[in-house]
Amino acid sequence: MTRLRALLGASTLLRHLVLTALAGFALYLLTLELDPFRNFQLATVAAYLCATAGLTVLTGLSGQLSLGHGALMAVGAYTVALCQNALAEHDVTGNGVLPLSLLAGVLVTMAAGAVIGLAAARLRGPYLAGVTLAVAVAVPAATVTFAELFNSEQGLGVYVEPPPPALGPYFPNERWQAWLALLGALLTMLLLANLTRGRFGRTLRAVRDDEVAARLSGIDVARAQVLAFVVSAAGAGLGGGLLAVLAQSVSPGAFSLTLSLFLLMAVVIGGLGSLAGAVWGALLLVALPDLAHELSSGLVASSPGAAQRLEGNLPLAVFGLTLIVVMIALPDGVQGLLRRLSGRARRRLPSR
Amino acid sequence: MNRLMRRTLALATAAALLTAAAACSDDGQTPPAGAEVPGVTATEIVVGTHMPLTGPASAGYSEIAPASKAYFDYVNANGGVNGRKITYKVMDDGYNPANTQTVVRQLVLQDKVFAVLNGLGTPTHSGVLDFLKTNRVPDLFVASGSRNWNQPDKYPGTFGFNTDYTVEGKILATHVKTAFAGKKTCFFGQDDDFGRDSLVGVEAVLGAVAAKEKYVVTNQNVAPQLGALKAAGCEVVVLATVPGFTALSIGTAARIGFKPQWVVSNVGSDYQTLAKLLGDGKVLLEGAVGASNLPSPLDLDDPWTAMFKKIHDKYNGSAPFNGNTVYGMSVAYTFVQALQAVGKDLTREGLLAAVEKNGFTGPGYAPFRYSKTDHSGYAGYRLTKIEAATQLFFGPVYTTDDTPTTPVTEYPTPRPQPPAVTLS
Repeated sequence: MTRLRALLGASTLLRHLVLTALAGFALYLLTLELDPFRNFQLATVAAYLCATAGLTVLTGLSGQLSLGHGALMAVGAYTVALCQNALAEHDVTGNGVLPLSLLAGVLVTMAAGAVIGLAAARLRGPYLAGVTLAVAVAVPAATVTFAELFNSEQGLGVYVEPPPPALGPYFPNERWQAWLALLGALLTMLLLANLTRGRFGRTLRAVRDDEVAARLSGIDVARAQVLAFVVSAAGAGLGGGLLAVLAQSVSPGAFSLTLSLFLLMAVVIGGLGSLAGAVWGALLLVALPDLAHELSSGLVASSPGAAQRLEGNLPLAVFGLTLIVVMIALPDGVQGLLRRLSGRARRRLPSR
Repeated sequence: MNRLMRRTLALATAAALLTAAAACSDDGQTPPAGAEVPGVTATEIVVGTHMPLTGPASAGYSEIAPASKAYFDYVNANGGVNGRKITYKVMDDGYNPANTQTVVRQLVLQDKVFAVLNGLGTPTHSGVLDFLKTNRVPDLFVASGSRNWNQPDKYPGTFGFNTDYTVEGKILATHVKTAFAGKKTCFFGQDDDFGRDSLVGVEAVLGAVAAKEKYVVTNQNVAPQLGALKAAGCEVVVLATVPGFTALSIGTAARIGFKPQWVVSNVGSDYQTLAKLLGDGKVLLEGAVGASNLPSPLDLDDPWTAMFKKIHDKYNGSAPFNGNTVYGMSVAYTFVQALQAVGKDLTREGLLAAVEKNGFTGPGYAPFRYSKTDHSGYAGYRLTKIEAATQLFFGPVYTTDDTPTTPVTEYPTPRPQPPAVTLS
């Protein structure tokens, strides 16, 4: 036992692997219990988590702001869509094809991230926000400009194989989708957690806290910033690709500027400092619109006209309000609050 | 830490046992529990839809679902269909295909609707066809004239409602050919299947148009396209546009001094909706030609309009009574007819069979084309013209099909009288 403990303490990778396996197991049990719609929501949370985790690394660790992560998700989503459809057209199907398409989605998004990152390394604050904002606007517009390839605002259908026959003819499709998305999210969390615990994470934090000091200690600041963008883009690409698979369709409307803003709000509300904050952010992205819908459908009974005007606009309002409240009451987000609560509880407990 | 490790191990073992137990239940091999029909009980039928209640396409369209709901309220107040009351769940998708994905899943998986009725929009509804098919949900009377809905082999549960856009394009173009012979005709349409299918129909009759332009709903600036049409010297412009963009196009054209003859697709030609959007500019609508199957909301002498108006006043009074209202009520009327045709033993298979059997009558001028091999909606249109701030029908009812060579022919059979309305 002590040797195992020493091993876990010494090896970050091993500790993270054990944690991931346990989390995966718990989530697997959860998918067995949930009904199809909740499983679909869980899958959506997992897909968003890939992106919010990436954004947490970028904004929380390296201190760079991105308003264009929704667009990076679009890059991943469209790549997956085009790959899946092209492969299906050439009769290359089966459940083994999807990982290849997702990998292609991640690689293409990383390339896009590198290009933005190169620009970002030369820009600061509002100028960086401006560039990434331009990306968020330009990518959906590209689908209209190159309508032949991307089919304009109608978007593309995505060929997706049904769950493997071995699972049985009545296996709920949504549970299969949840498994796929959770696998992607766990892998992302594992890799990012490992990366940020190590030398790369320390470098990023050094760059974030004081660029001059980092440069003096021999860190290539620009290189670190571009790398942060590339790593973060990989998460966004995987998240976007998974969303395309879940919806079996991609369209520019799914990756609008609003999504980019929502992603940023979500990681800020969740807690920028840690990857766990990204989990809360991803949960909020799915839960808040749902809550807003409940609110507005509650209004229907009393005033149908007002409900009709609110429906669709309400999620934005609820999100904005949540952001304001969180910023005032919990400056370091939901995760910060949890950390403080658990810290207080630990102090109160008699020491063993 | 030692204790923690031991606890972790114990937990993991317990979890492993749990999974083994769960795996034994093996829910992949047995059909989902219960043979009962989703959304149907002895006293209720739950139906859902997705509509743009907000966003760029909500102008006018947001009034359709409340009108359908009002008609169902009327039916429910009179005892429902075979003792079952209809509950109509309306979800807003903002005309954004990504939102449609989520709200339709919510309707099917969470609210467990019996059928999806009148889901609106070509780009939006295209994205959920596969999902609805996988879940075997009847997808009736889609509010769009895309030819996508008419694929009985691929999507056995999906049926259109509107006359398809290619048929409509052919009918509009035939009118252009005779009434505006020799004039330079151009085309302005939405950049998706709506615009494309319509253009196919127009060009099947007229040959290549002199100029064609397109728009996307997220870009409200159509000045460049209309400038190009003006520069091309267009005298007649066929519009395949949603109401907001019909108004926008006509308004923008007037601002740059471009006043062609407008010939507008059914979905974007309701006078009251356009007049409201254009405000003082509604005089620009004078002379515009449109197409419709459903009686004019302005013509209270029409027995169907009169019936719908009566129901509207009682159950939907705060909303305007316009083409969208008549459309929503007509959809609901047809759906109730289908439910009645199935009878007391209501199943999804029974519903699809009843629609394929057709035989529906109602407020429409042209007949429905539903059959085992055809899932498109109405077979044709009657033309309308806006004169002295009112929209009037003229000429006969025309029908045709998608094939470019099939001629446009007149349909002589008149509509039946509506049933008597008893308001409690």
